[in-house]
Amino acid sequence: MSDTKAPGGRRWLLNVGVIIIVIYCLVPFYWMVVSAFRRPNDAGDNSPLPSPWSLENFDAVFSPSVGFWRSLGNSLVVAGTTTIITLIVGTFAAYTLARLDFRFKNVAAGIIIATSMFPGVALLVPLFKLFTDIEWINTYQAMIVPSLSFALPLAVWTLATFFRQMPKELEEAAMVDGLTRGQAFRKVILPLAAPGMFTTAIITFIAAWNEFIIALSMVNEKEMKTATVAISQFTGSSGFDSPFGTKMAAGVIVTVPLVIVVLIFQRRIIAGLTAGGVK
Amino acid sequence: MTTSTAPPPTAAGAPKPSSKSDPQKHGRLAVLLLTPTFLVLALVILYPLIAAVRESLYRKQEGVDEAGFVVEGENFVGIDNFTAMFTGEAADRFWNAFFNTTFFTVTTLFLEIVIGVAMALVMHHALRGKGIVRASILVPWAIPTAVSAIMWQFIFQADGVANEVLNSQILWTTEGFQAKVAVIIADVWKTAPFVGLLVLAGLQIISNDVYEAARVDGASAWKQFWRITLPLVKPALLVAILFRGLDALRMFDLPFVMIGPRKRSVETLSMLAQEEALNLRIGPAAAYAIVLFVYVAVVAYAFVKLLGADVLGEARTRDKEAKQKMKVGPGMATV
Repeated sequence: MSDTKAPGGRRWLLNVGVIIIVIYCLVPFYWMVVSAFRRPNDAGDNSPLPSPWSLENFDAVFSPSVGFWRSLGNSLVVAGTTTIITLIVGTFAAYTLARLDFRFKNVAAGIIIATSMFPGVALLVPLFKLFTDIEWINTYQAMIVPSLSFALPLAVWTLATFFRQMPKELEEAAMVDGLTRGQAFRKVILPLAAPGMFTTAIITFIAAWNEFIIALSMVNEKEMKTATVAISQFTGSSGFDSPFGTKMAAGVIVTVPLVIVVLIFQRRIIAGLTAGGVK
Repeated sequence: MTTSTAPPPTAAGAPKPSSKSDPQKHGRLAVLLLTPTFLVLALVILYPLIAAVRESLYRKQEGVDEAGFVVEGENFVGIDNFTAMFTGEAADRFWNAFFNTTFFTVTTLFLEIVIGVAMALVMHHALRGKGIVRASILVPWAIPTAVSAIMWQFIFQADGVANEVLNSQILWTTEGFQAKVAVIIADVWKTAPFVGLLVLAGLQIISNDVYEAARVDGASAWKQFWRITLPLVKPALLVAILFRGLDALRMFDLPFVMIGPRKRSVETLSMLAQEEALNLRIGPAAAYAIVLFVYVAVVAYAFVKLLGADVLGEARTRDKEAKQKMKVGPGMATV
């Protein structure tokens, strides 16, 4: 792939390009991390490294009055449940789209891709009214059910890509050996698809974890807020004081686990993202 | 096209119940397996959509009727919510939000494509540092939009690092054109690398031979880019543009968290609809949401029909292939 005969000038240009991309992607994130480690009073400090380093902002995030543990737990429940439901329901559809032949296959695939383009607010409005009527506001299900609307198409599409990449001969061989299609699916396809399903789970989980507008609208009790909503509503001691140090620390806490997981599984995630073509 | 004649003896079980032949063969199984997904989608997308259309034709009524009774409930108002939006007292706010939504979509898309393609080209040809680029390019994607909004709000605050680096004193996150710029920068930062990844995937399937041939013919690097790379990467690019564009049309998190609700310079259609809904003005909220939905649908349709964005990609059953299989089919189906 790489052009080994690249002339010196071009090689130099490419190296500069690589450095620019890395700086572009990492510098704002770096800034959030170092700002989290400053003392709260140094929040306006613009030096590249904190001096002195401090964990006060993290203490503030986890102080009982903020209740951030609870918010993290809420995010975990909502994103986790959404991911599990999505995978269970979506695996069958993904397998069908990837492997079976039937009329209206393009229509079925088209509907699923179309739903992934759906603007969330268009379902938020009626669901908000419905959930108000049935007293679902401030419940987990009020966040999980609408989240399925974007998570399910995303999971089906990504999973179908992974299923499609698996050699057809395997399950055909299994079926020749006397297994039914269902058995072939369970005993041959599923174990082989496990890495793809795992990757899909990560992608879906991240999408659900990052969700904002549903969690913001369906919940107004502090106890039930997810982490992303909680961070956006952190208030300082006085009304106009925006506690950026605390917010940056909370941002680091919410983001760093995701970043670590993403970096560990980067190859698979890129395969899932690009082949799916869907965010 | 080979076929129904004796299977080669080597393939032990070759006369398999092949299935790929008859498009109807798996019909029943397919319906069974697709049902759960489509049930869920009907529940969380189709039902709300229909409900939204209904709600948009109603308005909550609170007041006293002619006979002096307190009236509470919903009144059918027909298209009043829509006329109020387009020409009534709410028109100014609606058209502003409509303009903002469109402006954000066009500007962020343009910048994302330019930066994304540039990133993809660098990543594709890079000799060193591929690993670190691939790792770092996923970081903006993994950060929740709401968190990146706070991060950029911090960077853009009055005495923040942006003003220090630029040696300026711009109040980025206050009302005005600079707020739009701040939102665009934050959005492009988060999404351009993602576009880069999608384009890179498109680049990687272009055969090197094409470039070899072009080089033999003496095409310059610039010409190769315009005449070979761009046309061949166009399918991947179109899909990326479509998905990113539709995502930008529903933009909410970034302006809401970074600049705030009810800020005229950055209010989008999603923000408008969400705020109306939370104020329990369900009718107008639904009307805004429907308009946004139609807007998204029109753009998506235009992309697929006019520009030929192939969203189905490899998922599509190729017609030719299917026909061939049909021909072969009946002979092979030995069961």
